[in-house]
Amino acid sequence: MGGSRAAGELLPGTWFRGRWLPWLLLAPQLVVIGVFFLWPTLRALRDAFYQGDAFGLSEEFVGLRHFAHTLGSAEYGHALLLTLAYAVLTSALSLAGGFALAVAVEGLRSGRTLFRTLFLWPYALAPAISAALWVFLFRPQVGLGAGLLEHAGVHWNPALQAGQAQALVLATTVWQLLAYNFLFYGAALQSLPPSLLEAAALDGARGWRRVRDVIWPLLAPTTLFLVVTDLIFVLFDTFGLIDVLTQGGPDNATETLVYKLYEDAFRNFDQGAAAVQSLLLMLLVTVLGVLQLRLQRRRVPS
Amino acid sequence: MRRCVRACLLMAAIVLAAPAHAARVQIQFWHAMSGELGVEVQHLVEGFNASQDRYQVIAVNRGNYDQTMLAAIAAFRAGTPPDIVQVFDVGTATMMSARGATLPVYALMQQQKLPFATNLFIPAAASYYADAQGRLLSLPFNASTPVLYYNKAMLARAGVAPPTSWAQMGAAGTRLLAAGAKCGFSTGWPEWIQFEQFAAWNGLPYASGDNGYKTFQGVHLLLQAPAFEKHLGDLAAWSRSGVFRYGGPESNALPLFINQTCAMYMDSSSSLAAIAGGARFPWGIAPMPHAASVPGAPQNSITGGASLWVMSRVPADHLPGTAAFLHYLMSAPVQAQWARATGYVPVTRGGYDALQASGYYRQNPGALVAVQELSNKPPLPWTRGLRLGYLPQLRQIQRNALEAVLAGKQTPQAALKQVVQQGDALLQRFGETAGGER
Repeated sequence: MGGSRAAGELLPGTWFRGRWLPWLLLAPQLVVIGVFFLWPTLRALRDAFYQGDAFGLSEEFVGLRHFAHTLGSAEYGHALLLTLAYAVLTSALSLAGGFALAVAVEGLRSGRTLFRTLFLWPYALAPAISAALWVFLFRPQVGLGAGLLEHAGVHWNPALQAGQAQALVLATTVWQLLAYNFLFYGAALQSLPPSLLEAAALDGARGWRRVRDVIWPLLAPTTLFLVVTDLIFVLFDTFGLIDVLTQGGPDNATETLVYKLYEDAFRNFDQGAAAVQSLLLMLLVTVLGVLQLRLQRRRVPS
Repeated sequence: MRRCVRACLLMAAIVLAAPAHAARVQIQFWHAMSGELGVEVQHLVEGFNASQDRYQVIAVNRGNYDQTMLAAIAAFRAGTPPDIVQVFDVGTATMMSARGATLPVYALMQQQKLPFATNLFIPAAASYYADAQGRLLSLPFNASTPVLYYNKAMLARAGVAPPTSWAQMGAAGTRLLAAGAKCGFSTGWPEWIQFEQFAAWNGLPYASGDNGYKTFQGVHLLLQAPAFEKHLGDLAAWSRSGVFRYGGPESNALPLFINQTCAMYMDSSSSLAAIAGGARFPWGIAPMPHAASVPGAPQNSITGGASLWVMSRVPADHLPGTAAFLHYLMSAPVQAQWARATGYVPVTRGGYDALQASGYYRQNPGALVAVQELSNKPPLPWTRGLRLGYLPQLRQIQRNALEAVLAGKQTPQAALKQVVQQGDALLQRFGETAGGER
């Protein structure tokens, strides 16, 4: 990027001089950001301090009451811990799985295209669709997977057993994320400089040793990118998945932050509480974003 | 050039054609009926549109109940509400408390000089949606109530009759297990059937102030009564022994009945179509069991389903059409057609009489069970229905409690105590934002 030019100096081939043109060109994007991002955010910020009825007929200023109520409630604490555990577990499992599958597939002599295609399929499904598939598979007494589990002596009833419901949500999420991670690791593996791998081979590094000491460090930028996108996926996009699989139950065992937000806003019409929760979620994702930029700048040579 | 001519002609055609459509006043009707039920709503609307030429009702499905109510609220806030919106039972208190957002149906009918009175309706259907003076604020539309579906073959094999009391339910379940069944019974809509309907059917108050009918202020839950604790304890014990199997929220447990895992299944009378479509065995319908230890039980069940609300802030020239459409829906033939096609209970006395006269209930005795439960006895002040704010959240809290008890994490006593604590906090908050005495 050539950032050293003085302001107003024309680049070769530039037709227009003046300050209005850049703004005009930016306008569509600014309008989109304003209408779909800034305005709703400001609205949520305002709603977080008011208590009103669903129809907006009356409202009163309540200060920090919604914040105190949300942050002080045991349910919110539970949802926060659950979400963190869920995010860390699913990201770790799907990263490890995606990496292992990618290394295994790229190491094949033949049939790579076939396996790549097969492992990519889950990614092509919307979360709600893949959740619906898993619901059919694991509906007690009806599903194929549930039948296998019953056969193995597991008393399968995720409608009642918190651990089973959590395992079901976890498995579905990992299954879906795995494909995405596999795709990126696969592409990254293909773009590794062959000279480095050959040098490692000449030095006698093979098998697991080569994966651990050469390939894994070289793929660090990809891993970093995937950690952040996986976390964001788990934090936000798993809403549909949970809605179809468990609806947050049993006894709130699978109620993550984003699902709780949905329940409070759209089922309970509790605008104030929902506004506070969406602000907190926004804060969380901002921290994640900043962290990613920071780390990327440090780790990845430009 | 030619392209321009074509486009201009098209524009002209649209402009000229528009007044022809506008000659009829268009009434927006948002509803939550999908699938077969949506088709039946469309039949009703087409019938009305064909019956006159001044108004055209446009029925729009806005998703499920939650989504439809949300869409109406959002549209109201944006200043473009639909004329009529279908709101489910649990949304009733929210709609009622939002004075100024709706136009009471009785007032609309009075204003439009159409015959209308609360006693045209089946009392149990009307009492859920009437104000303290007995005036209907919304029009009862699709009414249902829980019933007990049973597998005739499985019950015959075990040599048991459909149980009428919960004690019999336990005994029947034990015998069914002995006869090789995997599960005695399951339930759909656990919080609705095992808490709300359990209360009304046994004549027990659910909340103070006649379940919130008297006032929104100072209402608290009365779910710590011994009968609720015993029922929860029974369900937990039966869940351990296999007599009862919990199958999750809404109608998620229905497959357990369809594939003959459970011999009996409690769900809304409006699940009739789903069961008729899925069951490959002889089945019957019986009333819900009652708690024999409670004097006076069974009392009456309360209505579930939804009613139609007329929104305010719509153009005044829409109101005659809205009123005419609601009046059309109340007519006996329309009520009979709707009930016959959907399995819902007819909400007007005229509709019920028409079905009775046509011999429908003789041929379909199962369809009569819901009507009999609703009108088993004249409702007590606290078995007319529930008028509680944050009812969806209250239901969620109860379902959580039930799940915690069934999973062995809490005793019934501790779980109910928690339900009351959390529920009362919500009710207090609702009392603060809702309007005053009614």
